Amino acid sequence: MIEFFDKYGALLAQGTIDTLVMSIASCVFAYVIGLPLGIWFAVTTPNGLRPNKAVNTVLGWIINIGRSIPFIILLVAIIPFTRLVVGTSLGVPGAVVPLTVAAAPFVARIVEQSLAEVDKDLIEAAHSFGASNMQIIMKVMLKESLPSLVRGVAITFVNLFGYSAMAGTVGAGGLGDIAIRYGYQRFQGDVMLAAVILCVVLVQVFQTFGDWLARTIDKR
Amino acid sequence: MIELIDVGKVYHASAGDHRALEGVNLRIEDGDIFGIIGESGAGKSTLVRLLNLLERPTEGRIIIDGSDITDYQGRELRELRANIGMIFQNFALFQQRTVLQNVTFPLEVRGGKKEANAKRAHELLRLVSLDDKASRYPSELSGGQQQRVAIARALANEPHYMLCDEATSALDSRTTVQVLDLLAHINAELGVTMVVITHSLDVAKRVCNRIAVIDEGHIVEEGKTADVFANPQSDVTRELLDWGYKRTDTPDGKEEVVRD
Repeated sequence: MIEFFDKYGALLAQGTIDTLVMSIASCVFAYVIGLPLGIWFAVTTPNGLRPNKAVNTVLGWIINIGRSIPFIILLVAIIPFTRLVVGTSLGVPGAVVPLTVAAAPFVARIVEQSLAEVDKDLIEAAHSFGASNMQIIMKVMLKESLPSLVRGVAITFVNLFGYSAMAGTVGAGGLGDIAIRYGYQRFQGDVMLAAVILCVVLVQVFQTFGDWLARTIDKR
Repeated sequence: MIELIDVGKVYHASAGDHRALEGVNLRIEDGDIFGIIGESGAGKSTLVRLLNLLERPTEGRIIIDGSDITDYQGRELRELRANIGMIFQNFALFQQRTVLQNVTFPLEVRGGKKEANAKRAHELLRLVSLDDKASRYPSELSGGQQQRVAIARALANEPHYMLCDEATSALDSRTTVQVLDLLAHINAELGVTMVVITHSLDVAKRVCNRIAVIDEGHIVEEGKTADVFANPQSDVTRELLDWGYKRTDTPDGKEEVVRD
């Protein structure tokens, strides 16, 4: 056991850090893009704050196309774009770009669904007090759906955690990459098992924390 | 004073047009508690929503304090709404905000200072006897308490008018009386003109000095509450009265709660 950690401890630690950096960074960037998109999508639906059929239809297409491309294909297909954005298609930066592009449409969709859950009567009440549309988005829709939005972040993060395993393809490392290289390609089951256990534990920790946070802030 | 002149409302839908209101003429004087009575689907909810333009009329003009507000937009509309408080059947309190934060909401959207807003909210919560619940959340309160919070919130911007949309329909009869007495108190003490939408004659009888009866989108009768009750002019009103008497004459005096 001690021997195992002497030999592979540093490798697994680096893998954990790489996975966390990739997942966290792409989660943040996916929300930077996906949150405004999701809000825009929600307010332009037919019963939304500012219905706009054309915008809503186009956004719907973009979001659905984005969600339907298999990640491994996307990863390779957007290599020129990735180079343009971060200067390289390799390593952790090379993985964060496609992870962000893959997750942003997913984020937009779950944000839209969280916002759609907000009681229409609350929006009407806010209108009746003279709130502007922007105030209603910020102070009513986002505020009232915050627990649901937090649950969405946890789901997105866990998905990205899983997707990041494929980032090994572009040499970004991470726990998934270690599991594939050592377990699948070199038949070192013990290293694979250690990497998989780390994945399971980390996912459990983040999901449990997300659920706890959502419950704690929910005052309903 | 609120005046409606030949107001009508038609909803356009792919399944066909639906006429909700037609030829409505009303005059609500300052200081009134004006009841609008009708069955579910008579058009009373639409009518009250025209007064703060939550719904736009498709015909006629709406005049408030001498200004034609029918086409108000943007800032002008938001200023108008700040002068017209509103309470709802299901209270419509923000679930993720404390009682205090609910009451400060209408002040916040107008950009007041935080401390000043909180001070004003505490005053209002004292008015509705709920200052001790300021830091609670709506889910921790009873229905009657929630509606009192909603009343405090509706008064935040010192409105001249208050719209009450079936405000007591979700409450039991004892709580209904408390809330109605509070509304009457606010009308008397603060001079807030009230428009009370209700399907309940008991509610109208208890607080309204004038009532209008609405049926299938038309005002069928209007006048002083006592006159309308003593000498109803329309069949619809007589039916409402008959039904009302039968209902309240039951030995246990229980009131049934009807939701729209």
